[in-house]
Amino acid sequence: MSLPRATELPTGGTVVSAEALRNRTGGWRTAGRPRVDFDRCVNCKLCWVYCPDSAVLVEDGVFRGFDYDVCKGCEICVEMCPVDAIDMVLEGDD
Amino acid sequence: MTDVATRMTRAEAPPAGARLLTGAGAVVEAMRQIDPDVVPVYPITPQTPMIESFSKLVADGRAGAEVINVESEHSAMSAAIGAALAGARTMTATSSQGLALMTEVVYVAASQRAPIVVALGNRALSGPINIHCDHSDSMLVRDSGVVQLFAQSAQEVYDLMVLAPRVAEHPEVLVPVFVCQDGFTVTHSAEPVVSLADERVRAFVGDYRIPHPLLDVAHPTSQGTFAMPDHYFELKFGEVHAMRAALRVIPEVAAELSRVTGRAITMVEPYALDDADRALVVLGSTAGTIKDVVDELRAEGERVGLLRICSFRPFPREAVRAALGGIESVVVLDRSLSPGGTPALYADISRVLSATPASVQGCVFGLGGRELDPDGVREAFDRARHPAPGELGYIGLRE
Repeated sequence: MSLPRATELPTGGTVVSAEALRNRTGGWRTAGRPRVDFDRCVNCKLCWVYCPDSAVLVEDGVFRGFDYDVCKGCEICVEMCPVDAIDMVLEGDD
Repeated sequence: MTDVATRMTRAEAPPAGARLLTGAGAVVEAMRQIDPDVVPVYPITPQTPMIESFSKLVADGRAGAEVINVESEHSAMSAAIGAALAGARTMTATSSQGLALMTEVVYVAASQRAPIVVALGNRALSGPINIHCDHSDSMLVRDSGVVQLFAQSAQEVYDLMVLAPRVAEHPEVLVPVFVCQDGFTVTHSAEPVVSLADERVRAFVGDYRIPHPLLDVAHPTSQGTFAMPDHYFELKFGEVHAMRAALRVIPEVAAELSRVTGRAITMVEPYALDDADRALVVLGSTAGTIKDVVDELRAEGERVGLLRICSFRPFPREAVRAALGGIESVVVLDRSLSPGGTPALYADISRVLSATPASVQGCVFGLGGRELDPDGVREAFDRARHPAPGELGYIGLRE
């Protein structure tokens, strides 16, 4: 990704919502990524509520997994899941 | 030497409709008319009468601002940033140590492009502690990215205060604008001031509009974000762009205001420069004394003149070069010190005139409120008789 020139940056570094979607913060993960066991998942969507990066994918009201382009690997979903359906795995392992 | 009585007879009659106002009073009158939304402020001499009087107007129901009595100037500027970015027209006022304590956050205000108007009563920085005028407080925020406009008189303070919101809030500028006036010499001296009608001021400043108010919850934004080495430089450079825009915007808005007031507001004010072979350069109220001495020296047949810098940041390089480039010998008067270095105005003028035949030397004067009297001005013009490029001296100092 080429970096923006000074004149292309928003005034004062203000980040408007649509621009936040462009940032691929998935590259920040250093300690693995979350993995969900759909056999255990009860679709409570607490992970969706708590995820600070909107990296939890929900379609038609159903939890479908994670957007690894923006997940920073903070593990709050693992922490909040009431049925231990989410764990962390090393990148490349599934 | 001309005696005081002779000088007094030269004083002009006050213009029609003028009232006696101090520089601080001129700030308060402009603030009452502009009617800002939020004024976070902490008192400090010689700014105190500004905020005392404005707070009274609010208490009496004659101004609608939310005055926030914060616990320090650091908090004043922090609250001002929050208010200005939230979507409220915001002003504050300070001096000297107050600005020093505020400085950390002044840089943030400029970087976050918060269009705050700041009335500054210039006062010497401690130490030793001193309450009187010099420009060391302004110079402390020289590189912070804020606009700094220096008034000579209470009238100019009023005009610049009315101008300031339009400059600060211009979509291509969006940085704080400081309206600077010499502590006590202007802040506390009553002079004839003509103000506009309230509705003309309100029409001139208009509504407060910024691109992304934080309280616009339908269009949420993140502001004050972290910048890594891959973005910091470019975001900082945005402030250079803001200053370049201000260089164009200030004269445009000033011309618009001048059409309403009939009074000129200029980036630089040349005085008797056209055929001058020697010239002084100065910021602030000292220009008044110098103009008197220029008149005297002109009457004695000497070709002397003055360039008063009103817009110190952005520094109007082209205008300065046009005004001074043809002058044989220039003495730049700085009312602040750079121990071991070059005083700010001298450095700026030297750079601008480096490719011209003008010889430029510097003189520091007036620290801690020391008067520069007409004899001192004559001494400065005498120094200009002996071009000494790059030299730095002191006037009125027991060296």
